[in-house]
Amino acid sequence: MASLRDIKSRITSTKKTKQITKAMQMVSAAKLNRAQSKATAFLPYTEKIRDVVASIASGSESDEEGISHPMLEAREEVKKTAYLVITSDRGLCGAYNSGLLRHTLKTINERHQSPEEYGLIVVGRVGRDFFKKRGMPIYQEVVGLQDQPEYAEIKNIAATTVDMFTDGIFDEIYLHYNHFVSVISQKVTETKLLPLNEFDTEEEGSETELAPKTNLEYIYEPDPKVILEQLLPHYAESLIYGALLDAKASEFGARMTAMQSATNNATDRIEELTLVYNRARQAAITQEINEIVGGAAALD
Amino acid sequence: MKTMQANVVTPDGSVFEGQVEMVTVKTTEGSLGIMANHLPLVAPLTVSAVRLKMDSKIQLVAVSGGFIEVRPDEVSVLAESAELPSDIDIARARAAKERAERRLERAKQENLDFKRAEMALKRAINRLEVAGG
Repeated sequence: MASLRDIKSRITSTKKTKQITKAMQMVSAAKLNRAQSKATAFLPYTEKIRDVVASIASGSESDEEGISHPMLEAREEVKKTAYLVITSDRGLCGAYNSGLLRHTLKTINERHQSPEEYGLIVVGRVGRDFFKKRGMPIYQEVVGLQDQPEYAEIKNIAATTVDMFTDGIFDEIYLHYNHFVSVISQKVTETKLLPLNEFDTEEEGSETELAPKTNLEYIYEPDPKVILEQLLPHYAESLIYGALLDAKASEFGARMTAMQSATNNATDRIEELTLVYNRARQAAITQEINEIVGGAAALD
Repeated sequence: MKTMQANVVTPDGSVFEGQVEMVTVKTTEGSLGIMANHLPLVAPLTVSAVRLKMDSKIQLVAVSGGFIEVRPDEVSVLAESAELPSDIDIARARAAKERAERRLERAKQENLDFKRAEMALKRAINRLEVAGG
C-alpha cells in the first residue's frame, strides 16, 4: 500500500489538474460563444453571394447562349483530387482531430491507389504533422490561425486553392472538417467545394426557399459572364471560410466537452484517493494504538 | 422621399444597415446612382467609396471591390472588406500607401507583383480619401 505521503501528493496533483481543466473548459466556452456569433455574422455574406450565383446559374437555362463557367462544370476525367482538411493547432480536444483524420485517411485509401492521384491542403498543426509523418503530398498548409480567424487570414490559402483548381492542378476539391451540430456533438463532414456542378441539384432541394428571390430578372452590368467570373471565386473562397468558422466552433465545443469530462474524472479520482487516504490514515492510527496497547501489556 | 433598405456586408459581419434614399457606387463600368424601386441589378464594384444618402446626410463606406445587388426595395453591397470612415486607421493606411508606392517603384524595374502592389495602393488611397472626406 502506498504511503500516506504518496497518496497525499497524488491528491494535490489531481486537484491542480482539475483546476487547469476547469479553467480550460471555461475558456473554451467563452471562445465557443464568440465563434458562434462570428459564424452568424458571416452567414448573410455567403447567402447573398449564393443567391446571386444561383440566379445567374438558373437563368442560364432559359438563356439560349447559356452561361457556363469552368468552375460550374465537372471535368470529364478526374486526374487529381484535393482534400482541404481543417484540423486544430492544439490537442486536448477529445476525438476532434483523430476522428477527422481517420476519416480522411480512409477516404483517400479507398479512392486512390497512388499519391499521384491526390493532394492535401491542411489547416492546423495536428493535421499537418499527421500527414507529414505519413509522407503524403501536402500542397499547402496553414498553422497558427487565430481563435477567431479574420477573413483576410485565410484569403491567401483560399484564393490559391481556387486558383489550383482553375489552373488544372486539381480536378476536384473536397472539404473535410468537423461540422458543428451542438456543443456536445460534432460531425465529420465531407463537402465538395469545386466544381460547383452540384449547385443545381442542391438548388432543387431548397427551391421552395429560393424560388421567390431568384425569380427576379436581374440586369447584369456589364454582362452575366463577367459577373460569374468574378463572383464564383469569391463564392468558393467564402465557402472555405465558412467551413473554417464551422470547424472552429466545433473545436471549442469538442474541447469544452473533453475538458468537462476531464474535470469530472478528476473529481471522481480525488474522491477515490481521499477515501484511500483516510483508510490508510485510520489503519496507521489503529496500528499505533495496537502497538501502545501491546507495549503496555508486555510491561504488566 | 422614398427610402429603401441598404446593407453593406462583409465576411466578418455587417458594416452598415439602414434606410437610405440613394446609394452611389463606382462599378467597373462607371458610376451608378440607385434610388428606391430600381430594377434588379448586379454589378461588380471597383476599389472605391460607396455613398449612402439619407435625410441629407451622407455616409461613406470604403470598399475593396466586391458587388452590388439591387432589388426594388433593397440594396446590398458585398465586399471582402468595407469600413466606415470612423473605423479607418489613417496611420496604417498611410503606411500601407507608402509601402505600396515603394514596391511599385521597385516592381517597375524587377517586374514582380506589380498588380498586387497596385491594388494595395488603390485600397490605401481609397481608405485615406474616405477617412479624410
